[in-house]
Amino acid sequence: MSKLLEVKDLNLKIEDTEILKGIDFSLEKGEVFALIGPNGCGKSTLAYTLMGINNYYPDKGELLFKGEKINDLKINERAKKGITLAWQEPARYQGVTVREFLSLGLKSKGEEVTEGKLANALNKVAIRPAQYMDRFVDKSLSGGERKRIELAALILMHPELIILDEPDSGVDVVALNNIADMINYFKDSGSGILLITHSEEMLNYADKAALICDGEIIRQGDTSSISDYFKSYCGPCAKSEECETEVAS
Amino acid sequence: MNDYDMMVDAYKEAGGEDVFAESDVAHLVLERDKVLGAHKVEGLEVDAKKIAEDTVKVKVTIKEGYQIENTVHMCFGVLPKEGRQKIDMEVEVQKDAHVEVKADCVFPNAVKVQHIMDAVINVEQGGSYIYKEHHFHGENGGVEVIAKSEIYVKSHGSLVTKFDLLKGRAGKMDFDYEAHLDEHAKVDMLARISAQDDDVIKIRESAHLNGQYSRGVLDSKIALKDKAEAEIYNELTADAPGAMGHVDCTEIIKDNAVARAIPIVDVRHPEAKVTHEAAIGSVDSTQLQTLMARGLDEEEAAEVIIQGLLND
Repeated sequence: MSKLLEVKDLNLKIEDTEILKGIDFSLEKGEVFALIGPNGCGKSTLAYTLMGINNYYPDKGELLFKGEKINDLKINERAKKGITLAWQEPARYQGVTVREFLSLGLKSKGEEVTEGKLANALNKVAIRPAQYMDRFVDKSLSGGERKRIELAALILMHPELIILDEPDSGVDVVALNNIADMINYFKDSGSGILLITHSEEMLNYADKAALICDGEIIRQGDTSSISDYFKSYCGPCAKSEECETEVAS
Repeated sequence: MNDYDMMVDAYKEAGGEDVFAESDVAHLVLERDKVLGAHKVEGLEVDAKKIAEDTVKVKVTIKEGYQIENTVHMCFGVLPKEGRQKIDMEVEVQKDAHVEVKADCVFPNAVKVQHIMDAVINVEQGGSYIYKEHHFHGENGGVEVIAKSEIYVKSHGSLVTKFDLLKGRAGKMDFDYEAHLDEHAKVDMLARISAQDDDVIKIRESAHLNGQYSRGVLDSKIALKDKAEAEIYNELTADAPGAMGHVDCTEIIKDNAVARAIPIVDVRHPEAKVTHEAAIGSVDSTQLQTLMARGLDEEEAAEVIIQGLLND
């Protein structure tokens, strides 16, 4: 049986600069795979390439979703197949209510929109429907509220693969706990999750992990070994001989 | 079907409420120079009469101290493909009176139609006037709207105008609103317009905060696509202590559309303050791609963003 996501020898150049180099990893259904690395190492670029954002299409290598090559598909075509991405900094929309925003994912799948479905999704992310349903998804909402509403939208969309780009960035403790609960919820629902992070605490929510540095995956394995290595050599980045020895090994 | 029924049908199709049979709701229905319906309520007088070919003079008076409970509905328009309608409008909101007017201007079949509105609006001391104007010009782009308003808001009075044209073609629109405010008077002028093809929008909104502690907001949000063009000229002057105002113009453009925003801020008193924001650009790519990652195609996603901006 094919894996949910397979990334094989993925390379991406932007304006002649190699940003992603020979990326290889795979992800199963119901699995949380964490990709950790310091700022600027290519994590978000990888997330965008998997989703097709900014017209990032691989120069070399393969992106396989349930065995099907998706290299050339547009963002919405990948979304219709069951892949989505939650941005580090969720977009804000003037004049679009929470109700309208949440309805979009259901409508695009041809599913009926009911008040009950929307309210249920908001309740799951600890947002009170009565207080938020008619509010605009704009700058009047805090970053944490926006992230939770984004997660509610994902609940309604129930994608098979969710790419969470720095879900812990810029949120308070309440929102962070909620995000952790949601990772478990999606996992239990059978979705695969690619968790992009630069924080080793987030590895606690993953089943396995990889360390990305300068556009290359330099290690992958169980979360504790990746966490130990990240703490030892990446925070701050030493570019030390020991690190290079480890890379070489 | 007679002209009145056709106008009411066009009005309803454009989103208007079916209120013309209600005895406690004042209304006025004009098709070109014909007064098809008029209904008054206590405290509100509406006098409409033809004064020349294609021209109607309308005088609306809200008597001193009256708070008109129900929104007054006005329906103006031209039903045939070709025609002209000129309305000379005089509105007097007397001392401490209040009224809200919803005007729907419908030109559903327009191929070559001209609609001219010349208005003088006087809001007396403590009076309040809310005027919401909704336009539907059909799909041909054959409408030319020329609207001019001279507005005077006396002390502690307030005026809100909200103009919207969100569906169909805009055609050619040329607006010129000028407001003069006394002390503690307030004015909000909002415009929301969607234009396409070779539509041309020209808006000049001007408010003069002459009285101390007067307030003014000029807010325009315009979405343009194809070869549509818009020029928004917002002018706010303040020359009294405590006068405050804000000018905000946002224009989203797609395709070969052209947008210009010209905010003029003129402050002549050290205790007055006026701010302005202007943004012209295409649809934000993060907003667009977020919606595409929910399964919407690019056109659908752009439409959600643009309609949101216009509904704000």
